[in-house]
Amino acid sequence: MAAAPQAPAAGRAEPSHGLRIALIWLPLALAADLVIWFVWGPHLPPGDMSNTAASQQFDIKVMSVMAAPVVLAVLVYSGYAMITWRPRAGAGEDEDGPPIEGNSRVQFSWIAITSVLVLSLFVFGWVELVSPPGAGAGEGPSALWKPGGTPLQVQVIGQQWLFTYRYPQYGGFETTDLVLPAGQSVQFNVTSLDVIHSFWAYQLGVKADANPQVNNIAYTTPEHTGGFTVRCAELCGLWHGAMYDYGRVVPVAAFQSWAHATETSMAKITRTLPRYALVYYPNEIAGLAKFYYEAGLPGAGGGFYGNQYYPNEP
Amino acid sequence: MSVLARAVTLTVAFLAVVGIAFFVVIHLFLAEPPTVDFTASHAAGQPVSMTIMADPVNDVSNHPDWVSYFVKSPQTGQWVHSTIWQLPAHARINVTAYQFDTCDPLRNQFNGRVAGTVGNVMTVSGEAAGVNGKGISVVNSDTTCGVAHTFSVPELGINVPLAGETYTGKNECTQGPCAISTAHTTTTFSFITPGPGDYRWQCFIPCGLASVDGNGHAMSTIGFMTGYLDVVS
Repeated sequence: MAAAPQAPAAGRAEPSHGLRIALIWLPLALAADLVIWFVWGPHLPPGDMSNTAASQQFDIKVMSVMAAPVVLAVLVYSGYAMITWRPRAGAGEDEDGPPIEGNSRVQFSWIAITSVLVLSLFVFGWVELVSPPGAGAGEGPSALWKPGGTPLQVQVIGQQWLFTYRYPQYGGFETTDLVLPAGQSVQFNVTSLDVIHSFWAYQLGVKADANPQVNNIAYTTPEHTGGFTVRCAELCGLWHGAMYDYGRVVPVAAFQSWAHATETSMAKITRTLPRYALVYYPNEIAGLAKFYYEAGLPGAGGGFYGNQYYPNEP
Repeated sequence: MSVLARAVTLTVAFLAVVGIAFFVVIHLFLAEPPTVDFTASHAAGQPVSMTIMADPVNDVSNHPDWVSYFVKSPQTGQWVHSTIWQLPAHARINVTAYQFDTCDPLRNQFNGRVAGTVGNVMTVSGEAAGVNGKGISVVNSDTTCGVAHTFSVPELGINVPLAGETYTGKNECTQGPCAISTAHTTTTFSFITPGPGDYRWQCFIPCGLASVDGNGHAMSTIGFMTGYLDVVS
């Protein structure tokens, strides 16, 4: 007959470490989440200037609120372990703690909690991509998620190293000023005339690649007036770092006034622009380029247009 | 191999690598053309006269087939191969631009407008002075041989399309800096400098021959078709 296992040493019962850790962790996690949501959250980027920006700020708040208890659990456990199970002078030989294998309660809790966290983030992420439509990201030429009503159309044209903007609903004028009305949905049609750029209206929470001969659609609805920064977010050559400008969100009446005044003041240059299109093919300009090519004449820089490419052209 | 020989070999190899790296950084990355100073002889409240030229070739660099800007030194009167120009802040700059290159369509015809200059206009030799003699405000490069290069300072909203040379019967420029006797157009305009700072300028015609989409080489090299306005107080 096997000998019965020896009972633990009498006089010192092992405390409930899990309960202790939970009691330390719970108020810390609660406090951290409250601070994140109510104090830090309203200042998280990219702000709440538009519905897409506010949505992104909400996403970051939610993820921070979910992540903080996990981070604190790790930190509290580590601190508790270092203090409670530290080597003590005269305690004798080091010994392992009780084995955790086979503890189905711990295993089930671990799998359940992490599964709930990851799956809920998965579902949350998908929902947040749909509402507001596209979450301010480029949706390609055929947007899946569109806002209701008739959005203001603004074409963003990137070229080395400048963004310009066309307003097709106002005669198709082009300008370096990006002005938007507050409270009205906006559809950005983003394209490029040369290499890959990226239109990043930071405070609006809008970011869409500008690819040549591709129309990339992104939506937003500015909700507050003020200024915002536009940067190119795709390394595009020597002056990429200087490829930025500033836009404005103004009241609807001010926007209408600006748009009509700009349409009038830009009428002369608008007449010389190509007809408004979702993409442009600047290397296929008819007229002068054709004339030059047929006449065998060189153009500036040795005749870039037409097909008189330099012999080394790849 | 002895320890001493190994140490010497290692030291020499190390110094060689450091030397090559130093040369690459200094020669290739930090090399800049000289700054042409328009402030030394500038009297407060007076305009600055600046003369520049855009040439289809240059004979002063190791890229003679690259298009390039030159600027006339206010000190020596000589043409200098540089695109870094030091200008006084809050001053009127009167620019005379000689343009010796032939013309091309703009990639974006929007850059055919004259903007950011005094009155948002320019004048071009041999052409009518625009509406009511007030200067030219728009050039359509698609239908006329209108533009060869642009002088554009995006941060300041300055854009000046420089008229293309149109086969006037004179000899073409084949050596840069070009002789004034060769075929060219002359564009004049003025702008007001802002406060102190570095403001990049560039050409918006993709004239960087032999590179993808024309925006490399001369277009992307300071000293050729892009540079700084170094505005100082």
